[in-house]
Amino acid sequence: MQNDPAILYSSYVLAHAPDFVRYGSKPTRDLAAEPELLEQMAGSLRSWDEVLAYPPNQTFIGNLTPDDLAAIERPWYENLVSDAESEGPFGRMITQAALYGLMKLCDDFDLLMISEALAEQARSELTGFEHRRDQITGATTDELTRFIDDNDGFELYHEGVVAGFIRSVHEQDASLEAHVLFENLACKATAVLAVSELLENSPINPEDVDYLFNTGEEAVGDRYQRGGGSLSKAVGEVVGCVNATGSDIKAFCAAPVHALLTAAAVVAAGLHKYVVVLGGGSQAKMGMKFRAHLRNGVPILEDCLASMAFIVGPDNGDAMRLRLDLAGKHPIGAGSSPQAIYQALVVDPLEQAGLEMTDVDRYAVELHNPEITEHGDGGDVPKTNYRTLAAMAVLRGEIERDEMDAFAAKHGMPGFSPTQGHIPAGVPYLAHAHAAMRRGELQRAMIVAKGSLFLGRMTQLVDGVSFVVEPSAGLTKSTEK
Amino acid sequence: MDLDDQANVNRLAEESSSEEMVVILGQPDSNSAGLFAETVTRGDPTWAGPLAGVPLGLPVYHILEPEIRQSMDADVYQEHVGLMELSADVDEIIKWVKFYREGGGDTL
Amino acid sequence: MDLKDKQVVAIGEREGVSGPSLKLLAESAGANVVFSVTQCFV
Repeated sequence: MQNDPAILYSSYVLAHAPDFVRYGSKPTRDLAAEPELLEQMAGSLRSWDEVLAYPPNQTFIGNLTPDDLAAIERPWYENLVSDAESEGPFGRMITQAALYGLMKLCDDFDLLMISEALAEQARSELTGFEHRRDQITGATTDELTRFIDDNDGFELYHEGVVAGFIRSVHEQDASLEAHVLFENLACKATAVLAVSELLENSPINPEDVDYLFNTGEEAVGDRYQRGGGSLSKAVGEVVGCVNATGSDIKAFCAAPVHALLTAAAVVAAGLHKYVVVLGGGSQAKMGMKFRAHLRNGVPILEDCLASMAFIVGPDNGDAMRLRLDLAGKHPIGAGSSPQAIYQALVVDPLEQAGLEMTDVDRYAVELHNPEITEHGDGGDVPKTNYRTLAAMAVLRGEIERDEMDAFAAKHGMPGFSPTQGHIPAGVPYLAHAHAAMRRGELQRAMIVAKGSLFLGRMTQLVDGVSFVVEPSAGLTKSTEK
Repeated sequence: MDLDDQANVNRLAEESSSEEMVVILGQPDSNSAGLFAETVTRGDPTWAGPLAGVPLGLPVYHILEPEIRQSMDADVYQEHVGLMELSADVDEIIKWVKFYREGGGDTL
Repeated sequence: MDLKDKQVVAIGEREGVSGPSLKLLAESAGANVVFSVTQCFV
């Protein structure tokens, strides 16, 4: 079919931001109660070199495969990659100074002021964005002091010292309060870099993009429509998608999978040709597990913002076909039992095509880096998910009980994503899947995402969606040669 | 444990006697099950929430424990717990929840 | 442990057994579920 939808390109970005950790939701609350924690926190943050060489981060940008990562002994923060590169086949990692530069060039309302020294460092460490680089300006000490005195907001740090300030827009509007704007601007900036990388590394030009779906979890809006706004067009504007409009799909962590499915349907229907699905970083989640890390003598590992972007379009022969006929969803009436959830998300769509669970080469579930979560209350989330999938295969009589570990190892992978909400939800594997298909090593992968709807206290329900990707016909032929 | 949930558990414990109240957990691994059991018995070990330093000493069971399973509907149990029974490290989870329920020592 | 007429607090988890599932199970044993919640750590 002419409009067979496919994921054509993917990109992933990590922005190291150790001085942003204190403004994560958990650190903000804990530091207010115990200011003395700040010193302990500062002593447990990682350097750029450590973050760069951290094996899960190198996996995220594609310099290592998930199988490479599985072969590296834990703890990964002690077994760093030698000769680590900040650029990878799927994207890149940037420094905090570069992130400040990105936030400045994304700031259309003069919300953020940074020092001259930081602006200079930002310009030297952030490449590209020629059309907006002149927005990376710095302020003198006097200007910065005046800005701080004249505005509500809070000071921002770089390398441990005050180097900027972000202001509230409206003192009576909690939706436009400095902290909310900081989260939104960080999300926009990181998403901008992911989309920019995506388009630069593909033959598709910014002006070819017809539509953008943002999947980030930030609440953009003002007092009359908290969270009702959109980041998609704001991001598209910065990267030059002049022919696109867009909207946001909100579904907690499951949003990217909802959005990729929707994008594929939009392409299949012929409404739009090229649709970008994007998601910026979740500043609120930085340092979420920092207390557990401090208690256990582990470095504070939630020190990066992560972002990602994908282009969905008609199959070009070198892509991953997104099988709309094998889409899974957890319907409202399905019930909350794990069995009901996995039946709906995994088994039902496969059965429609006469497939068994073992016919899927790899499952990508919640890919949270276990090193971040298992010191606290979260355990190894991907491992739990793969064990559950294996148990499902046992219940279905596809494998024996003593084959569960082997199933999890063969069809799963270690978690390598930062705990950035919507980012880990299966989708960090997409570029790896595409690369493996190009190598002829992978015929079918299933992306499974779940969303914790109950967190918003409007329902006790969970959500989940899934889809299957397979190599384009062109890829299959090229590997047959 | 979520701070709001700690406050709720604290309030409910104050309103009823510990003979009437039972906490049932559903965590899939021993680490988090142990943490929750500790929170409702000895107090919040992370010292972050309303139960920090509040030893409620509530009777706490994991859904995988035979003691509470026996009185539940077997079909409903299979539907909602059957999968986790297969996938989780049942013995390890029960060991830690029991440890906190029984007052325990300093360590297991 | 006989759950009949007990006041049950059910603390479930998304990756394990959820709050609503625990509630259903406790009620099948005759308990009165006074609070049920699902936790998510990520």
